[in-house]
Amino acid sequence: MDSIRGAAAIVGAADAVSPDGQLDGSLRDLEVSVIREALDSAGLVLSDVDGIATCTGGLMMPSVELAEYLGIQPTWTDSTQTGGSSFEVHLEHAAAAIAGGACEVVVIVYAQTPKSTFKRGGARFLGGTPSTGGDLDAAPRVEWEIPYGIQLPIGAYALAASRHMAEYGTTSEQLAQIAVSTREWASLNPRASLRDPITIDDVLASPMTASPLHKLDCCLVTDGAGAVVLTSAERARHLRQPPAYVLGTGTAHSHSMISQMPDLTVTAGRESGAKAFAMAGLGPEDVDVAELYDSFTITVLLALEDLGFCPKGEGGAFVADGRLGPGGTCPAQTSGGGLAYTHPGMFGMFLLVEATRQIQGASGDRQVPDVDVALAHGTGGVLSATSTVILGTEATL
Amino acid sequence: MSGPSRFEPPVSAVSEPFWEATRQRRLVLQHCGSCERAVWYPRVMCPHCGHADLEWREAAGRGVVYAVSVQYRAAHPGLADRVPYAVALVDLDEGVRMMTSVVGCAAEDVHVGQRVRPAWEPLTDGRHLLLHEPDGDEPDV
Ligand SMILES: [Zn+2]
Repeated sequence: MDSIRGAAAIVGAADAVSPDGQLDGSLRDLEVSVIREALDSAGLVLSDVDGIATCTGGLMMPSVELAEYLGIQPTWTDSTQTGGSSFEVHLEHAAAAIAGGACEVVVIVYAQTPKSTFKRGGARFLGGTPSTGGDLDAAPRVEWEIPYGIQLPIGAYALAASRHMAEYGTTSEQLAQIAVSTREWASLNPRASLRDPITIDDVLASPMTASPLHKLDCCLVTDGAGAVVLTSAERARHLRQPPAYVLGTGTAHSHSMISQMPDLTVTAGRESGAKAFAMAGLGPEDVDVAELYDSFTITVLLALEDLGFCPKGEGGAFVADGRLGPGGTCPAQTSGGGLAYTHPGMFGMFLLVEATRQIQGASGDRQVPDVDVALAHGTGGVLSATSTVILGTEATL
Repeated sequence: MSGPSRFEPPVSAVSEPFWEATRQRRLVLQHCGSCERAVWYPRVMCPHCGHADLEWREAAGRGVVYAVSVQYRAAHPGLADRVPYAVALVDLDEGVRMMTSVVGCAAEDVHVGQRVRPAWEPLTDGRHLLLHEPDGDEPDV
């Protein structure tokens, strides 16, 4: 693993979002646009790309179909699908492939337009009904969970919140503070969907869909697209942007259905985080900015505990002083997160984009001072699959 | 209990004995012949030790609410007239955790640690869906 630390770097990052949550153009338009922008920012072109990773779009072989469309013939490919953490997994695989010499320039890309699709009368996004044909509809979930009328994914996260509250005394107010702090970051991001400040009372007064989670405990549903470009550390030093070196990666999954999760208060982040920190030779205290998957407020709270930012069960008290927000001691979700920036269904791409921008000092008004180490932690499925990526500046090598 | 408008689960090949037993409102669970542990959901191998010799045994199906979420919006149209309803994970005394819905009391009264017992809801084809209801005699755990 020592050979992977620092061997690859993100050298370009781009994303497409819109204030009203809707983007014009086909998925391919959006993918091409963010790929071009990410390559341009690095000073690279499509013909430099010899590795591609994507897990949406196309019919059956997403990376193969996209590469054909782009007119490239890559020698490394990845369509791993772990839900929202897929892109952290792609990055982990890509960094290892680059370190091992299998390829030199990898593009990881994502685009989804659930908001536009819904407005056009398409299937409701992740509705959890038996008829959506979506990825949450496959048996055995259809046989053992769907008949009970659980809304997915929110109901699964609500069950985890229920258990955390019962076991550790975590409160709705503490969860709400995560949404409040995240909104403070969004107010500093001119591209965020929701920029007006909110209070804990606002969160608690928002409608409850699946107790104990309120509407404002839940992420947005928007269109969006993003891409990152990785290359070797050697090549990265000669490109246009300050490289965001890959210091550590780790992936783990513990279940697919929420009813099979061994302990609803402990995610696979405990394993993926430990692996990433061990590879990086760092700990939570070294992280200058944390980009944690925030599909729901409880997702963030569990990640903070499982990554070791605070002991198990103490996440509620940890976030209660607003330390995740601007000026706080644990800045997190600095884009405004899935709760307020954008969330097309798999937010992990935007964690990587924002972590890269923070390393590059390119986050504008929301830039955290003196960032050397940024962490991106994706969570996919229903707290099922986590993947942790630790990025660093040249100074951390 | 109102009519069987709920989404009716399909029967997978391995789970047929489970669904057949529900016709008599009986719960059967797979047990591993090697490690002796109960297995949920039905499989062709034991997820605890990997052995393939699983056998079906009668189960009481009583248990404790592990987590609960009240649904204020129906996940599909057949449940619209039941909102709000409680979806729960229940740890059965047999040693497995399963998803269920706790009925027979106000949805908001269902709570972690509550003892529950089986309550069967008829499906249109003669099978029953396993739900749970408060186990009146039993104190919270
Ligand atoms: Zn066994």
